[in-house]
Order: sequence, then C-alpha cells, then structure tokens
Amino acid sequence: MGQLFDKLNSDVRFVEGINGCINCGTCTAICPAAEVYDYQPRTIAHLVQTRDDSIIENLLKSDTIWYCGECMSCKTRCPRNNAPGLIIQALRKLSIETGLFVESEKGRQQLALKRMLSDTIIETGYCVHFDHTTLDMFPEQGPMWQWVQDNREAFLPKVGANYKGNGPGAMRSIPQSDIDELRNIFEVSGGLKWMETIEEHSAKKAKEMGLEIGEGKSSEYFTEVYNRNNHAKHSRK
Amino acid sequence: MKLEGKRKIWNEYQKEIADDKYFYVRSCIRQAVFPGSENTYLRIMRDVLKKDVHESAHHTTCTGIGYHTEVVPFETIQTVVARNFALMREAGYENYTPSCVTSFGIYTEVLDTWHHFPEERKRTAEYLKKATQRDFQEPGNMAHTSDIIYKFRHQIAEKSKYKLINKATGLPLKVVDHIGCHYAKMFPAKGIGGAEHPHVLAGLIEAFGGEVIDYPERRHCCGFGFRQYFIKANRGYSIAASKKKFESMEPYQPDLILTNCPGCNFFMDRWQYALAEMEGKTYDTKGNGIPVLAYEELAGLMLGFDPWEMGLQMHQVGIETLMDKIGIPYNLNEKYKGAKGEDLGVPESPRNINFYK
Repeated sequence: MGQLFDKLNSDVRFVEGINGCINCGTCTAICPAAEVYDYQPRTIAHLVQTRDDSIIENLLKSDTIWYCGECMSCKTRCPRNNAPGLIIQALRKLSIETGLFVESEKGRQQLALKRMLSDTIIETGYCVHFDHTTLDMFPEQGPMWQWVQDNREAFLPKVGANYKGNGPGAMRSIPQSDIDELRNIFEVSGGLKWMETIEEHSAKKAKEMGLEIGEGKSSEYFTEVYNRNNHAKHSRK
Repeated sequence: MKLEGKRKIWNEYQKEIADDKYFYVRSCIRQAVFPGSENTYLRIMRDVLKKDVHESAHHTTCTGIGYHTEVVPFETIQTVVARNFALMREAGYENYTPSCVTSFGIYTEVLDTWHHFPEERKRTAEYLKKATQRDFQEPGNMAHTSDIIYKFRHQIAEKSKYKLINKATGLPLKVVDHIGCHYAKMFPAKGIGGAEHPHVLAGLIEAFGGEVIDYPERRHCCGFGFRQYFIKANRGYSIAASKKKFESMEPYQPDLILTNCPGCNFFMDRWQYALAEMEGKTYDTKGNGIPVLAYEELAGLMLGFDPWEMGLQMHQVGIETLMDKIGIPYNLNEKYKGAKGEDLGVPESPRNINFYK
C-alpha cells in the first residue's frame, strides 16, 4: 500500500464502493458512459484493487476517471454490491486535492464547473439559477426558452413563480442571511478551500498553456475547457 | 403486460410514507425550468388533498449537482443537508419531502453514511454548529414528492375530470415511465418497487386508467451525467443516452413519457427537440414528438387544472397531442399570454418538430 491508496481508503465512499470486485463486467454492460467513451468501470475497480500508487497516480492524471456520469446504475446491478461510481468520486476528490486533475482534458473542465456551479451556489443559494440558463450556454433549450427568458417578468407569475421575490416560492430570492450561512458552511467544511484549489491549479495550467484564465465564464481558459473535445481520443473504440 | 411476478417484487419494496404535515424543499432544476410543476404539486396537496405542506423561505439548494460534478466536497454537502434538516425541525415538522430526485438521492446517501459512519455525522454536527449555530435531527420520515402523489393516487384519480383514455377509441393511452436514477438505483429499499421494478409512476399511470409500456431501455439513464451535460464538450454523452431510450420506446409508439426527476423531465423533452433539429427525426409518426410530463403535471392535468397556468407551454415538445387524445379543452390564444393577460408574442417555431401556437 502507498500514500495515495491510503488517502483513497480514508474516504468512506471508497470503503463503501469496493468489496472485492470479481471482474464480471456487469457494471460495464450497464454503464451509460461505457456506451460512448473508451471507458470501463470494471477496469476502475480492478485497478484500485492493485493498491499500487503508480497505477493510482496514472488514474488521477487521466481522462478516464472523468468519463463517469455518476448515475450509479453500476451500484444496482453489481452482484458484490460494489459501486464503481463511488470509487470514481473518491478518485476525483484525490485528483483535485493533488492538483493532478489539470493533467487531463476532462479533468481541466473542473474550472468551468466550479465557476458555473459552486460560484452560483454561494452567490444565489441555487445550483442552477434561471438567469444563467441562457441559450448561448444551453442551445438545446430551444426557441420556447428564449421566449420565456425574454418575457420573464410578465410571464413567470402566471405559472406561480416568485421570480426574485421575497418569501417562499419557485425562483425566489434567497435571503442574504441564508446565503451568509451557506458561505459559512463552505468556509468551515472545506468547500471554499476546495474551490480555491481548483482555481489555483487551473491558473498554473492556464499559464503553461498560454491562455488567459481571468474570472467568470468568458476567459480563454474557460472557453477552452468548456468546448474542447478530442473526440478521437475519448470515443469508444 | 403480465403483472403478477412484478407485483410480488414490488411488495418487497414498500416504504412508510407520512400521511400529512410535510416539509417541502424545492429542486434547483425544476423551479428554474418547470416552476409551474412545483406550483401544481402544492395546489394538489393543499387545495385538493387539504394537506399541511410547509415551505421555508430559508432553505437552499442541497448542492447536489455541485457534489456530483466534484466542485462541492462531501463534508460540505453533508453540512448543507444538516442545515435544511435543522430548518425543518425549527419549523415544527419532521416529514421531509424533496422535489428533486438528485436531492432525494443525496439525502438517502447522507443518512446512510451517518448510519454506517457515525463519525461523519459527529463532524457534520460540529461544522453546522460552528457555521450557523444550529442543531439538527434526522427526519422522522422522508419521501420524494412523487412518493407522496403515489400514496394519494387513488384519491386524486377519484377527484379527476379526465382519464388516460383515448377519447376516440376508448382504449387506454400508452405511457412509458422514466424513473430518475438517483430515486432508487443507489438505495433500492428507499424506492417504491425498488430499482428494477419501480412502481412509483406505474401505479399513477394505472390509477388514471393508462397502460404501462415496458420497453428494453426503460431503466437506462436519461443521460444527465451532471458534468456530461453542464460542459458543452461532453453533451454528446447526454443526448446519446436519451436517443437510445427514444429509439427503444419508438416501436411501442407511446402517447406520453412520464417522469419523476426534474432533470429527466427536462432531457426527455429538450433532447427530442434537439434530435429533431439535428437529424430531422421525431419518435412519433406525425412529427409532433412524444409529450413529456412529470407526475405532478399529469395529476394536475387529470384534475382539470388549466394547462397554461401549470406552465405546460414551457415544454419544447407540445402537450397538445396528449390533450387532444384525452379530450381536454385548451385555448391556444392563452398559451403565450402574460400573467395579466398581456400579449407577449409567440416563440419562433422549431424547424423539424410541430409547434402549436
């Protein structure tokens, strides 16, 4: 056993996720990620069972651990009650903590996800905010959605939404005192540190790649990681 | 469909669902994309079933999407969950009912973690106290809002104006259910009917007189995949999973797709539109697409609620074909009016999928 394995093994999700995988491949047969990516959850379970730090380090640097969609279909069907999806969560945590996530194209996407999701959480109290669901980011919303966005103030009350209003209701403005509590939770429990870690390692990588990282969702590095897809590398062979 | 064997399996996966006095927490995706759906749930619970449903203005996201994209650590989400539990007890409630299936999965995972790893609960309590001065207790009962509608399905059906019956033929409408992965795939005992034969939506379809259609990819994920949708470069994963499902259900020509997860409701709807625009194909025979509804939207429609006040115009695949088959009257002139009846114009029409306006 090595240091990386020990760290993995200190994550309760890893402990819950692996109980002597028999390599039957049921998880791969059912996995939506394995349909489209060069990915097998069976291999993930097999590799972490080696307890070999060099193998684990290669995983932490790889695109492989970012292919999973965390649907947890693998958990349902595994005859040994393993959950490769939980193993993946523990590996991703370690990849972020070690900064190795920036060594893969899919891992570098963490910067965009951090700015799209965790920044939104501590600013608004929502993971997803109506104002951010624009067609330039999410064109599959369709022309109906553009109409909703254009007519939000006049239309949303019709369907019972309390858009940016006080008190309870859909799309309400969450009081600042509650946002402050949420931010305190992130501070105390390591959430803010986690976000800083993603920014710091991404900034170093952006410099190495000659890209401006800036702030928000329009920098060169954000645009690169949000859109870059090496299809030939990732696709199922 | 032969039901005997499945009924036997469903009976092994039944759970206690509280009868009244619910603490309601919203879904980030559902309220952002289908706000009328959540409003419909509350109307059914409060106005039709006369139940006590409390919503605190102070609750926040559970941070589940952030957790499943690895931008929120496990320690943090556990503490946010504990805060929402604290708000429930402070309001005098103990029956926790999330609208979101991702959240439902988060709550079940966190409760299971605290059960098996008490040190995680202890640390969470310390973090919560330090960050907010609050204390928490676990819910006395927890159920997804689709569980609640399931529990009262027969009462709702008795009060309904409509059934899932084709008005022209008198035959049951064919409905496929799509259960959100995090409803029961992680913890089958927490879902009605378990993970392989969930009955939470099938029971609702049957109560309204419809025919449940079994199809090969019934249990396949919609393709949300969290990071696989939010990052544009990964979105092929998401649409490919939905396409696999549409192709699998196409031979059965369903009249409706019924969902319980906000994300699934979104993807089953929007990816049909996107596939029509990309490939010129719809999965019905008339270029309309297959209507998609959440359990609460279906219940509201059966009860005779106004479709446009429920926000059904916020689906990109039109619901009109379903309403026409059932014989539900609707006024297209009201579809795109504002809350005060003002004329707001109409959306542009998609190129390859019929659009009612």
